[in-house]
Amino acid sequence: MVGHVHSFESFGTVDGPGIRFVLFLQGCPLRCKYCHNPDTWGSGGKAYTADEIAVQVLKYRNYFGDKGGITVSGGEPLLQIDFVTELFTILKAKGIHTCVDTSGITFQKDNPVALEKHEKLLAVTDLFLLDIKHIDDEMCKKLTGKSNENTLAFARYLSEKGKKMWLRQVLVPAWTDSEESLQRTRDFIDTLSGVEKVEVLPYHTLGVVKYKNLGLEYPLEGVETPKKERVAFAKRILTGER
Amino acid sequence: MMQYKGWEGFVPGKWCNDEVDVRDFIQHNYTPYEGDASFLAPATEATKKLWEIVCDLSKKEREAGGVLDADTKIVSTLTSHGAGYLDKNLEKIVGVQTDVPFKRSLQPFGGIRMSEGALEMYGYKLDANVKEIFTKYRKTHNEGVFDVYTPEMRAARSAHILTGLPDAYGRGRIVGDYRRVALYGVDYLIKKKEEDKLFMAGDMTPEKVRNREEVADQIKALKALKEMAQIYGCDISQPAETAQQAIQALYFGYLAAVKDQNGAAMSIGRNTTFLDIYIERDLAKGLITEEEAQEFIDHFVMKLRIVKFMRTKEYNELFSGDPTWVTESIGGMGVDGRSLVTKTAFRILHTLENLGPAPEPNLTVLWSKRLPVNFKRYCAEISIRTSSIQYESDDLMRPEMGDDYCIACCVSCMRVGKDMQFFGARANLAKCLLYAINGGKDELMKDKKTGMPMQVSPEFTAITGDGALDYKEVVAKYENMMAWLADLYVNTLNLIHYMHDKYSYEALELALHDTNVRRFFATGIAGLSCAADSLSAIKYAKVYPVRNEDGIVVDFRIEGDFPKYGNNDDRVDEIAVWILKTFMNKVKSHYTYRDSIPTTSILTITSNVVYGKKTGNTPDGRKAGTPLAPGANPMHGRDSSGALASLESVAKLPYEYSRDGISNTFSITPESLGKED
Repeated sequence: MVGHVHSFESFGTVDGPGIRFVLFLQGCPLRCKYCHNPDTWGSGGKAYTADEIAVQVLKYRNYFGDKGGITVSGGEPLLQIDFVTELFTILKAKGIHTCVDTSGITFQKDNPVALEKHEKLLAVTDLFLLDIKHIDDEMCKKLTGKSNENTLAFARYLSEKGKKMWLRQVLVPAWTDSEESLQRTRDFIDTLSGVEKVEVLPYHTLGVVKYKNLGLEYPLEGVETPKKERVAFAKRILTGER
Repeated sequence: MMQYKGWEGFVPGKWCNDEVDVRDFIQHNYTPYEGDASFLAPATEATKKLWEIVCDLSKKEREAGGVLDADTKIVSTLTSHGAGYLDKNLEKIVGVQTDVPFKRSLQPFGGIRMSEGALEMYGYKLDANVKEIFTKYRKTHNEGVFDVYTPEMRAARSAHILTGLPDAYGRGRIVGDYRRVALYGVDYLIKKKEEDKLFMAGDMTPEKVRNREEVADQIKALKALKEMAQIYGCDISQPAETAQQAIQALYFGYLAAVKDQNGAAMSIGRNTTFLDIYIERDLAKGLITEEEAQEFIDHFVMKLRIVKFMRTKEYNELFSGDPTWVTESIGGMGVDGRSLVTKTAFRILHTLENLGPAPEPNLTVLWSKRLPVNFKRYCAEISIRTSSIQYESDDLMRPEMGDDYCIACCVSCMRVGKDMQFFGARANLAKCLLYAINGGKDELMKDKKTGMPMQVSPEFTAITGDGALDYKEVVAKYENMMAWLADLYVNTLNLIHYMHDKYSYEALELALHDTNVRRFFATGIAGLSCAADSLSAIKYAKVYPVRNEDGIVVDFRIEGDFPKYGNNDDRVDEIAVWILKTFMNKVKSHYTYRDSIPTTSILTITSNVVYGKKTGNTPDGRKAGTPLAPGANPMHGRDSSGALASLESVAKLPYEYSRDGISNTFSITPESLGKED
């Protein structure tokens, strides 16, 4: 089976535990206003087989240590869920720690075909990085173009299945940083089990240049990166430290 | 009963049985340290005051345009100047290069024109008498070399396909075993050298006469070393009796070397494990406290920080600053499995805290997976805080070099007191590829007489036509051109080092080596990644030559993409390996001066910028005049698969073909190493 790859990073240190090979897959159904990888939205990418990618990943196993491994990110990697499952099956057999960085958007709890695919994926995935875009559905639609229904459902599903997850929230001033919504997110997290970590990812503007290169208008023009104190504040609420 | 008072309390061994064997002394007497950094002491008041004086002088030096004071009259020798101090009452370790700190010495043996030019650039005038002596009566290394250069060598030099040749300045890179001065005292060392000389008998071939003369010069240098210490009121004829004396004696050995030689790199060796033995002995006897032990090391390092040479601005441009490469090698593992990390390894890194960060001395940790974890942590902590530690793989070097080698300059390893090297600058292999395409005509330079492109190599068949370059054809021509370049390069170095030995012999540094020294012939490579990417482009994309009115290929039109070195992609990484091996094998096929062992290095840390300026457009799309990558680094911005992929490409270069070292310059922000929680 072939996967459509945007790029790789051989020294990933911020997407999951330890030193990780990060595979960025091409394609995403969301259009998050703050997205710093708009070049991964559309179709295309370079085609690789799962075996070819596994060979690349295994070149770095000496660096992985006890904690590291592979993270598949994107784009939305689960648009190519069959490919990810095949890749992870190969890598699990080699003892590599596997992790998916997803929005959970592809999960459909009432669709038996989708369910089965996700169940197969769960069997070969050690950790999920799940990005909660916005706890409020209306705001989520404004921010990403899609409802948060599948994301939240996927979180509950992972919780029920006893999977480990790290929940992530991108902190965008005036969009995702209100005390009320942060608290609601925390209340949601409290209903889950298996949440090992909650990460606050401060919004940054490193992606602006990519929009220019792609001839796209930058949707968050003028929005500044959050202040340190605000990040710390959000962290306290989301991690339930107060 | 030990032979000398200075040896009391030490475990005897071969080292004290009529031998000179510092390693044996270390192995019998050192104490590995596995603990953490909590024992370290802060800077004393005296250290702080002295460092303020240094900072003040540094500021004045900057304000004065880079040189605060320079000697124009007294030629530097071991005993040419009186004693100089920062503050005599506060200094625990004494000695500066002239009679005043920050006053640069006059060292014309490498070349009088270099001395004169450097002085003039900073507004000083060379004494007429000195100039007369070194032009009329005393030949210099530089003059010797230019007397014998062939026209082809001169052409290659001015076209910069051979660059940075040590033909006008001191070759450096020779590291005396300065520990010997402390452990044995100078009288013992003189006695051993006199014995060696007695054995050099029989048929007086030119070679034997030279060897005898060199040892005679070494003995004279040792006598001068003793005299130099006397100027500071110190007697170093006998073994050092205390830690302070040991550090002082060792430093005097080094000071003598920098008074004698303005070398491109004046490294100091591997001293912390050795010195720790003396410090531990004094601490155990209650003679000193930890504060005092640290103070000795702080004052020693302070002296190493203010080593200065008089150099031209072009020289400084080539090396991006005014480096002295006072490399001190720290730690590593012993061949018996014990770590060579002692408390003094911590103490010397701690100078970066007590005195603040600094590029010199170039503190170099010999890294092994097996180093004690507390030491690794301390290294990491100091690296994060000061960015002032260099790391080298002990695990890679130890199997070949044992456990008493040191680094000269940035990556060249040699066994202390047993190996020396003939520094050979580097050959520009990116430019060599352009020569292969143009049949040895330079892509930038014109012949002054004819106005036509300069023919640097003999006329080889150039690539003709305007079709896409054919990989096989280019590779065949490149190999021929490398053969020509290696031949010319080795022979250029052969005559340079002949002349350096003749007119600027490092008698003091070699006096602190075994008489039967092993010699390396250290060639170097610049532009490796550019050449590899260029061949990759020719092989995997389509590269069309663009010619100027003289028919010289001066640019390239590239169609399609190609694998780039730095992405852990064998298709191109193997090309880089092939270039290295091919060039090195060609170097090896030639006679090398004094039967030295040929090695090569890939280590241009800063000079890649200047080399790039002299290299035309290359087939990888690099524009004329833009920098080549430093050392074995991928070309800037082309490693797009992350740091590990980039490092893995570099790691494929076989060390056995690049024994003089491979460098990779790597910057990283703390954030990109992961999150804190």
